[in-house]
Amino acid sequence: MAAQFDELWGTSRGKRTRPGFEPLASWLSETAPGELNRRQQAAEAAFRSLGITFAVYGDDEAAERIIPFDIIPRIFAAHEWENLSAGLEQRVRAINAFIDDVYGERHILDDGVIPADIVLGNPQYCIPCAGAQPPHGVYAHICGIDLVRTGPDEFLVLEDNARTPSGVSYMLENREAMLRLCPELFDTFAVRPVDSYPEMLRDMLYSVAPSPGRDVTCVLLTPGHHNSAFYEHSFLADNMGIELVEGSDLEVDDDFVWMRTIDGRKRVDVIYRRIDDAFLDPLVFNPGSVLGAPGLMAAYMAGNVTLVNAPGTGIADDKAIYSYMPEIVRYYTGEDARLPNVETWRCREPKALGHVLDNLEQLVVKLVDGSGGYGMLVGPTASKAEIEGFRAALRAEPQRYIAQPTLALSTVPTFTDKGVAPRHVDFRPFVLTGAEGVTIAPGGLTRVALRKGSLVVNSSQGGGTKDSFVLAPDGEAADGGAADD
Amino acid sequence: MLSRTAAHLYWIGRNMERAEFACRLTEATLRLESLAHAQTDQAWRSALSVVGAAAAFDSANENFSAAAARRYLILSDENPCSIRSCLAAARDNGRAARTALTVETWEAINRAWLIIRDRASPGGAQATLNLVEEIKAEIRGFEGALGRMLRSEGCWFMQLGAAIERGDNTARLLDVKYYLLLPPGQEIGGKLDRDQWTTLLHIVSARTAFRHLYRDALKPWLVADFLIFRDEMPRSLAASADETVSLLSAFAGRSGRQGPADRLARQRLARIQDLDIVTVFQSGLHEWLNRYIGENAALDRAIAQQFRFG
Repeated sequence: MAAQFDELWGTSRGKRTRPGFEPLASWLSETAPGELNRRQQAAEAAFRSLGITFAVYGDDEAAERIIPFDIIPRIFAAHEWENLSAGLEQRVRAINAFIDDVYGERHILDDGVIPADIVLGNPQYCIPCAGAQPPHGVYAHICGIDLVRTGPDEFLVLEDNARTPSGVSYMLENREAMLRLCPELFDTFAVRPVDSYPEMLRDMLYSVAPSPGRDVTCVLLTPGHHNSAFYEHSFLADNMGIELVEGSDLEVDDDFVWMRTIDGRKRVDVIYRRIDDAFLDPLVFNPGSVLGAPGLMAAYMAGNVTLVNAPGTGIADDKAIYSYMPEIVRYYTGEDARLPNVETWRCREPKALGHVLDNLEQLVVKLVDGSGGYGMLVGPTASKAEIEGFRAALRAEPQRYIAQPTLALSTVPTFTDKGVAPRHVDFRPFVLTGAEGVTIAPGGLTRVALRKGSLVVNSSQGGGTKDSFVLAPDGEAADGGAADD
Repeated sequence: MLSRTAAHLYWIGRNMERAEFACRLTEATLRLESLAHAQTDQAWRSALSVVGAAAAFDSANENFSAAAARRYLILSDENPCSIRSCLAAARDNGRAARTALTVETWEAINRAWLIIRDRASPGGAQATLNLVEEIKAEIRGFEGALGRMLRSEGCWFMQLGAAIERGDNTARLLDVKYYLLLPPGQEIGGKLDRDQWTTLLHIVSARTAFRHLYRDALKPWLVADFLIFRDEMPRSLAASADETVSLLSAFAGRSGRQGPADRLARQRLARIQDLDIVTVFQSGLHEWLNRYIGENAALDRAIAQQFRFG
């Protein structure tokens, strides 16, 4: 494995910090370990009392856990963020153009840029969505692009979460915790605020309403309070001042959507839905679903309600399609992708499969439609039995898998049982697309693998989170306005 | 407001009130138990009757024991009226209606639940008292937080649930004492009888208030008058009937509409105001209380229908 890049020290054995990061190193060395520990405990207590929990599927013991929070922030310099933002905007524009195209004219398939069967035969291709015309042609209104870093300027896209990405509430709550627990860091660094995210989201939702003339009603549709991400659903609805609804609150009448209130029914224009496509409408998708509302798809196809994200966006975050993203970006934007992919072997291709089978011990193998760290093999840390299990699965259904090299993910100093030590991180920024174009909150969710050497950062697999500071350019106040005090 | 949210809030109110009542009941029963001549089993059996759990307890337990009854009343998941079940239900409703709650109200509910969540046993008498005291403190915190909420539907639904539940609890309490408690052969007005009436006032935390209002010895008809008719007494039936009417009027004031629940609530209040304790005793207190409990349940259904969560 190549040398690891540490975001504070440059390399794992660096003696001097990277330029601009000295204050973080001095903060770490000047704050007594006992004090750091006390703040770490205080953060945990605060999160527990607020009920910021998530449920782990298949883990009855800890039906509700809090995601461990690490108080040492991860920092992006202004120029790093500028480059990242440009890359993210480019990628998300391409994603939306791609989805609009494959459910519409299908130029990209006619032009042979990407094999038609990989799109049209894909389980993520939503046949009932073909011909949809969502307002402003936006499908993936909210994207959580997972990035990893391998060097000072090497950011790679690991996954494009274009369905219902979660985690943004941690970006906001982590910042609240940091402001309370480590206020001195905000004197040292000009950190750009993230607390306007709910407003950005709300503006975006209202901007994509089907008929802007009316008094628009937006709602957030949740599967209910037993869902692992319910805290986030209620947090966002609350902060946007919109209703948090469940499927049973909605009814569809003559292709219009209504919600039941204590004063009678009220028409709904925009639904920020946090349930998967399969559960949206029992008449079209999973007939056993009680999470959605019968008739919702008909209302959507009739253009009477906007669904955020639109159904069918899964086609853009499928891992088989992912491997074509550099071509997709070039096709729709006319430019080379600013953010490269991680090198990916498509196991459906016999040559690639052969390579993967020969090198399982070094590779990460993923299900094309998996997420959350489930159904994944990390070759270097897997047991012999796990590897053999995947070998058999790969031979049986190669088209269901892709493989990627094990990357030397960047590390960030992290508070551990044995003091401050480097731990691997990834990053999920949140990219919004509305009628006015693309906006990106200056921050995101940094996930950290708390076990030494581990590369798996998923919260369902024992990962934690950190606040992500994005610094304002030199000479500018963090909020972009004049600094009064 | 969504009808489902209204239902969650209403049931938060009911469950928090029910949990608090169960706490008081536990405290008072422990006190009664500690009196020298008390019949311990009898004390716990009547406590179970008050919350309507006596039959369910008997079918779940071979033999009656005070310790088992205490556990059933406080911790049992099988008893839907145990303190833990009520707090679990309140918290579940609270999670589902999280956006309609303030941070303060939610934290009070959540903390009350955390106190009892992992308890395996209520412990001895002192430990049990400490436990219910801790929970009561959180419930007081919840009530305080309600008082600081925006005066609007969210707060009103929780208060409405609490008012309906309170009426039900007080009526049951009075009924059990009057109809069931005194064992055969015991003298009415005797020592045991008096201890039981005192205990009852303890449960509604109104022993001094009673003395203050009546300046008289504990007499059954005075206690009944106190708990039914005196609207200075927040837990009396008159006070909760009055509160129900005011809360429903607040909704009507906001929406400009009234419904069957408003009418039922007003009729009930008017009937209580026209009545006195002598008439109630003449017609039979037990029958009257049972009719009241039935009317309260009908009002509960009318509320659910009126706000479309029925």
